[in-house]
Parts: sequence; C-alpha cells; structure tokens
Amino acid sequence: MAFTRRRFVQAACGGLAASALGLSLPARAQSDSIRLGLMTVKTGPLASGGIDMERALNQFLKEHGNTLADRKVELFVGDSAGVPAQARTKMQELVERDKIQVMIGPLAAAEALAANDYILQQQLPTLSVAAAEDLTQRNPNPWFVRGTSTSSQCAHPLADYCAKTLKYKRMAVIADDIAYGQEMCAGFQRVFEDAGGKIVQKMFPPLTVPDYATYLAQLKTNIDAIFLGFAGSNGFRWYKQFNEYGLKGKVNVVGGMTAFDEAVLRNMGDEALGIITSCWYSAELDNPINKRFAAAFRSEWKYDPGFYAAATYVEGGVLQAALEGVKGKIEDKHAFMKALRATRTETARGPVSFDLYGNVVGNVYIRKVERKEGRLVNSVIYTYPNVSQFWTYDEKEFLKNPVYSRDWPPAKNLEN
Amino acid sequence: MQFWIIQTLNSLALGGLLFLLAAGFSLIFGLMRIANLTHGSLFMIGAYVGVTILRFVPNLWLAALLGGLAVALFGGLLERLILRPLAGNALGQVLVTLGVSFIVADFCLIVWGGDPIPLAAPSYLQKPLILGSIAFPAYRLVVLGIAILTAIALHALIEWTRLGAMIRAGVDDTPMARAVGIPVSRLFTFVFCLGAGLAGAGGVIAGPIMSAYPGLDADMLPLALIVVILGGVGSLLGAFVGSFIIALIYTFGSVLLPDLAYVILFLPMIAVIAYRPRGLFGRQAS
Amino acid sequence: MRWLAWGALALSLVAFPLVGGDFYVNLASQIFIAALFASSLNLLVGYGGLVSLGHAAWIGLAAYTSAWLYLRLGYGHLVSAPLALILATATAALFGWIALHASGLGFLMITLALAQVLWGTAYRWAAVTNGDNGLSGLTRPAPFGLSLDRPAAFYYFALAIVAVALWLMAKFVASPFGAALRGTRDEPRRMAALGHNVWVVRWITFVYSGFWGAVAGLLFVYYHKYVHPTTLSLTSSAEALLGVIAGGAGTLAGPVVGAAIVLILKNYVSAYFERWNMLLGLVFVLIVIFMPDGVVPGARRAWARWGPR
Repeated sequence: MAFTRRRFVQAACGGLAASALGLSLPARAQSDSIRLGLMTVKTGPLASGGIDMERALNQFLKEHGNTLADRKVELFVGDSAGVPAQARTKMQELVERDKIQVMIGPLAAAEALAANDYILQQQLPTLSVAAAEDLTQRNPNPWFVRGTSTSSQCAHPLADYCAKTLKYKRMAVIADDIAYGQEMCAGFQRVFEDAGGKIVQKMFPPLTVPDYATYLAQLKTNIDAIFLGFAGSNGFRWYKQFNEYGLKGKVNVVGGMTAFDEAVLRNMGDEALGIITSCWYSAELDNPINKRFAAAFRSEWKYDPGFYAAATYVEGGVLQAALEGVKGKIEDKHAFMKALRATRTETARGPVSFDLYGNVVGNVYIRKVERKEGRLVNSVIYTYPNVSQFWTYDEKEFLKNPVYSRDWPPAKNLEN
Repeated sequence: MQFWIIQTLNSLALGGLLFLLAAGFSLIFGLMRIANLTHGSLFMIGAYVGVTILRFVPNLWLAALLGGLAVALFGGLLERLILRPLAGNALGQVLVTLGVSFIVADFCLIVWGGDPIPLAAPSYLQKPLILGSIAFPAYRLVVLGIAILTAIALHALIEWTRLGAMIRAGVDDTPMARAVGIPVSRLFTFVFCLGAGLAGAGGVIAGPIMSAYPGLDADMLPLALIVVILGGVGSLLGAFVGSFIIALIYTFGSVLLPDLAYVILFLPMIAVIAYRPRGLFGRQAS
Repeated sequence: MRWLAWGALALSLVAFPLVGGDFYVNLASQIFIAALFASSLNLLVGYGGLVSLGHAAWIGLAAYTSAWLYLRLGYGHLVSAPLALILATATAALFGWIALHASGLGFLMITLALAQVLWGTAYRWAAVTNGDNGLSGLTRPAPFGLSLDRPAAFYYFALAIVAVALWLMAKFVASPFGAALRGTRDEPRRMAALGHNVWVVRWITFVYSGFWGAVAGLLFVYYHKYVHPTTLSLTSSAEALLGVIAGGAGTLAGPVVGAAIVLILKNYVSAYFERWNMLLGLVFVLIVIFMPDGVVPGARRAWARWGPR
C-alpha cells in the first residue's frame, strides 16, 4: 500500500469527520427555562481544572433533574482557553446569543477582571470561581458573588495554624509569579508575622518556568517550613523536584488551597503523605451533601473531586438556594441578586453565607494527606469556622491598606 | 560554595536536556532548511507515548527507545506526505508545521487528559546522589550522561560514516549532491525521522524531570529555537555548546537577576544574532 | 463589474448592524481589528519576505501605553492615542534596526525574542502594567462626542478606520516603493546591484508595519477595554502569522480572509465543536495541501479555471 497524497487526503477528511464527532449544537433556548452559563477553560494548561468544573456542574444539574426552584435549567458552556480577551468574547456570546441570565465562573482572575465591566454593563449575576481579591474588596462589583474563596482567605487560617499549633517560627514562601500566588503569600505572611513568626525568604518563579532546580538550590534549609502558593500542577512538580534534591525531611511543607489539590494528588505516591494544606473543601468532608457528591463523582470519573469540581458544585447549591428564595423568578435581576447575597445554606463545603461585598463566609479546613482505601486523600484535621475574607482584621482597616501584592505587606524579616 | 556547585550541576543537567531537544531540530533545519515548528509537539507526544508504554513495560530506557521509534515513524509520514510537496515554500512549511502542532496538542489532551502525568525514573536512580555535603538528583546526572553519549554517537554518524558524509554533502550543497548521485530525497526522510525520533526519545527521557503536560510543546519549542540559533544552524557542535550556554545563562540568571527571569534567555540571543547572525558555530547564514 | 462587487461589499458592510444581532456585530468588529493586524504583518511577511513572529509587540505597546496614560496620568484619548502610536512606531524603528541584522530564521527568532522581552516585562513590571491582573477600567474614545459603547457604534468606527488603513496600505503596495519592496523580497542581490538600499527599504517597511500594528492595538484596547500580558504572547503573534499565510501572503485580501478564518474558528465555531483547536490545525493543513499559496490565490485560481469565462 503506497502512501500517496490521495490516501492522506482521505485520512484528512476522515480526521475532519472525526473532529465533527465533537459536534454539539447548542439547544434552542426555551423561553420558560432558566439559562445558566458556565464560563470555563477546556483547552490549554488550565484545562484540567476547567473540565472538572463542567463535570461537577453537570452532575449537580443531573442530580436535580435539570430543575431548580421548579423551573427547567439549560446550561451553556463557554471555553476561554485561558485567554482573558477570549473569555470576554465567549461571555458576550453566552449573553448575547444564548441569552444566559446567570453565570458561574470564570476560572482565572485575569478573566474575571477582563470581563468585569461587561458584567457590570449587562447586569449579569455572576457566581465566580476566580479568586481575584479586589473584586470583592476595593473594587467591588454588585453583580458578583463568590462561593469559593479569595486568594488569601484560606491562607490566613493556615498561617495561624502554622504559628500556633505547629509552632513554626521561621518560614519561606514560594508561589507562581502571578497575582493569585502573590496575594496568597501576602496573606500568609501577614497573619504568620502578626502571630510572632518570621518569613525569611520569598520566591516567585514565573508561571511557565520549565524547571525549579535553580529555585530549589536557593532555598534556605535553616527554616521550619515552606509555604507553597502554587496553582495547577506546579505544586506537584515543585514537590517532586524537592524530593529529588534530598530536601524532604529537612524542611516541612505546607500548601495553599491549590498546591496539592485532589486532582494532582492522584498522581502522587507515598512522598506526599503528611503534607498539610488548607482549603475551603476536601473530598473527605463528612456532611451529607458532600458524601453524596464525592461518591457519585468518584464512581463516574474514577477520581476524587477537588477544588474546581467542588467550586461549581457549591456554586450550584448557592444558585439553587437563591432561586428558591425568589421562587424561581430570576427575571427580576435586582431581587435575585439580593437573594444571592443573602443566601445562607448548607453546601458540599459546609455552611456558607456572604459578606457585604459578595464574598463567601464559610469553613476553612486544615487537611493532611493520608492514605485511605489505597488512595491518597486530604483528611480534615482541623476546622476554622466562619472565615471571612478579612480574617480577624477589622474590615475598614483592611480595606484602607493596599491590596495584597508582592510588596504589600512589606517583608521586613527577609534574610539574604 | 555548595550553592554554586549545585547550580553548576543544575546547569549541566539542564544543558543535557536541551541538547536532546535541540539536536533533532538542528539536524532537520541544517539539512532540509525546514523550520520544523512541530518539534515541541514531537517532544511532547514522545513523553505521552512514553507514559503509556511505561504502563505496560516499566522500563524507562525501553520506553524511550520505543517512544522515539514511534515519533520517528510519525515524523517520516509528516515529511513524506505533507512537507515534501512544500519544498521551497517556507511560509507553507510554517503554516503546516504549526497546524500539525495544534492537532497533536489537542490529540494529546483528548487521549491523556489535562492533568500533568509524571514519568517514573528508574527506581535505582530515584534517590539523590550524595557527594560530600551536596545532594543532587542522580537521574539528572544520568540525563547529562545520555546527552553526551548521544552527542558522541551523532558526531560519529555524521563525521565517520558514509551516511554522514552524504548528509554533510546534502547540507553543504544540495543540488550538487543530487548531481553526484546521492539519494537526497531518501536522505531527507531519514534525517527527518532521526530528528523526530530524537525529539520523541528526548521527551521520554526528560519525562521524569518535566512530566508530560499540556503546554509542554509551547514551553519547549522556543528553547529549541534559541539553542539552535545561538549555536548555529546545522552544526551539531553548535547545538551542543549552545545548550549548555543557554542552561548556564538561565540557571545563574534566575538567581542573580530574578527580575529578568522572563527575558534572561532572550537578551543574549538577541545580542548574539544581532552581531553574528550565523550563530556561534554556524557555517552559513540562516 | 468590479465596481458592482465593491459596491455590494460596501453596502453589506454598512447594512450589517441593521440585520445582525449584537453578538454578530461585535464579532465583526473583532474581525476588522484582526484583519488590520494581519494586514500590517502582511506588509512585512508577504510583500517584504521577512517572517516575523513578534508582531504582537505592537498591539501590546499601543494598548498598554494608551491604558497607562489614561489610568495613571488621566490623559484623554485625543492625547493618549497619538502618544501611543508615536511610542510604538519609535520602538518599531529600534526593533527593526536590531532585527534586520539577520534574515530568514534568524530574523524570525529576533522578532520572537523582542516580543518575548516585552511580554516578560509586562508580567514582571507590575508597577506599570499591573502584571497578571492586567489593566482594566478603560474607556472607549468618543469622537465628536458620540459614544462608542454600543456594538453598532464601535462597528462603524472600526470599519471606517480599518477601511482607510487598508486603502493606504494598498496605495503603499502599489507605489514605486512597494515595487522596490517586492523586489527586495524576490531578488535582494539584484536590487542591491541596481542601486537600491535593500536594508533601508526593509527597515522602512518594518516601521510602517509596526505603525499599523499599533493602530490595530489601539482598536483592540478600545474594543476590549482591558489589556493583559497575553496580548503580547507568542500565541498572539503566531495566530496573526497563521492568518496571513492561510489567507494568502503577498495579496491584499489574503490577510483579511485569513484573520477572519482564525477568528471565526476560535470564537464562533468553538461553541459547536469542542475540539476546535484540532479543527483549526486541520484547516491549516488542508489549506496548505490544496492551496499552498493561501486561500485567496487558491480561490482566484479556482475561479479562473472553473468560473465563468
């Protein structure tokens, strides 16, 4: 069989047909159903979290028979590929073409910031997954509600735990060089130093750095622990190399809410045992909603739900509670928005309510990696209840300070 | 002192990895004048194929060999069916190689999913090597060793075999080589397969360090380009030396000038090309 | 006959917002911006024979400058737009001088590297660019007091600017300078022998191409009202280059068609095909196999062979 161009062209047409198998025509929008949009990332480096978001939301809707507050719900999914400009365009498509009335997402902070003015202009109720701090602080959007967390909301309690329970005195922090990582480390640093600890080293490798070897070689070893503010798979990659350089045992490792997510944990082995992290969720949570959610997710997809899956599942629960509060009348946007912000309900992450800026107030769990039934899980070892984005600080004082960043709060204890 | 030793070892290890990536690209561009922008994707799909092979045959070296062969085969098909008719059409080559890289990237996402998948280094290499007070991952030193062996093997192929002589003739003067009776077409396919195979095997060997993840291709391609341009097109020595220079600049640059971390690789390259467009060891202007 | 075709095109472009919904009008605005961007790149790639993978630099520079001048210094658009264009064009002069030390793959790499330097700076120099958060809270200009916030208003604004830009580029290409440029692309040594200063011709083209890229950048930031380091990314440059080649480098309509193809696949078809990335790659491969010079030359050939006599 000669490989001629003709055969190749035939194969190419076959390929075209194959990609058409991914064809899914959006359903004609029915006029009496609620049109829900999901803004996520399904291609590119953030795809793994984005795909989980879609899976969990689909599961939530299926469990409720695609009906919330006695109205049918239609879901429209947009893929931004992680590019903020494209996120905005996709959002326009969801709003202008599919006529969505409420949106869950977007995933990344930059996407939320890119679309912020559009959300304002369109008055689109948004249940955000993105963690950008100022969207619920100094630059609040009245159409925003966030059921997940700000970047630092889960870092504050962990810093408290490190200082008071684990009794660490000297720590280093490392995170990706993006706003999310910087905000998280800043929050950690503030609470840790206010509790008497010292942050002696801060490192921010670029997000797409191929290798952490240079950073690992610079890490001080005369510290008690290091805090990881990584997102996506970088925490896992860093930790792998950390072990290869023989640093395990010399320095303890604690992680932020996305450093050792369930999604990443399943690719790790015994070297991960004992790592302590903090997050607003764990697949091991003992409440009835989560037990059902995690078991169903696991049996369908063969892995535990993590940060991103839980995010949309929780937002779905919040959406349902708010819809029931307005008896399904989502058309009255202002009433619906008020109901969203006034929501107090039980979700897969435990009880949630919202502060004046639309950010969630809920439990933050300190978790430890353990092996259970042959797989690695984030077991909950301690719970901080009713954690708001301001921790124990006075809200007005908090907002008078500049937003958390690389340089604020200023790190006064860095050693060379 | 310990710090500088570790960083130097880091540079050497990274340089070895870059050489495995860049050698294939340099060969392909040197001989066929094709800027194979699929190269990053070949590296990535090699890593992913390695992941699958390792599930059945838990031997990294075998996986590298088989992965390399698989990618070489793919490369051969690519060259014969798509690139050959485009000889001389540089823009068409850019379009098609980038188009293929999109297809490969999406294919990997469909088959292997969006999470990063680590490849396991052989268990006897997983512990750090202790040299005095320094602990350094044993596997990285082995990668360095493999890179050096590969460089020697390629050098032997090119300089001491008839095949190598034909390749060199083809690089220096393609029409003349044809006129003398050298089967340039078959040579082209062979070189492309070799370059692709090197990329694929490189992906597997780098797997324990880099893991296989979506976006690996986009992260690796610029590095390959930088090494080849700096070292000089078509020169194996250039690719070898270029890899280590880039690795040194990157490693020490990140330490000494952290604010320039994003641009540390590009500034020296700009400087070199601006003043010596042939690169360090290139024999002809690119 | 040709007048009829042009007239019909003009009429449909002008009438479009009256029939299309908001989403489609917005999509069309984005196509105009992408078409302008690709056309500016085409001056260099198609007519100059210099393949650049750093064209995103001009969008980024113009967008960030305009945004920064507005947010930090409070300058209105009447002041910030010319300043942004001047800065971008001056940078093009500098980058062109650096990049033209090389040609071929070396030129490609330098342009890539220069754009990457800007990209890295945008991420790291957070004091100016706000890093990964990008710059938001921007506004659209209001020429003669007319607001451009409505999709149709911006559509006409973009259409007018892009139409004028493309017309000027067509004049450029048809001029004696344009002929000299094509000469340097095809036969650089002969041109030098004839007394042309090949380097100067190329450099001027580089700067002119950068200027129009910057204009596209301003339209971009006005449309999105937001700028992020991803606008300076390699992907951004690559997509423009792919649009130029796929549409037909070296023709005037090619980049417009190519940019439209890329944009429509990315933003419209992606709603129907989950694997739109793969489809995009497949489309490129098929274009190269069947129409190696691009869609526009290929379509012209098909029209000549099978069209009406």
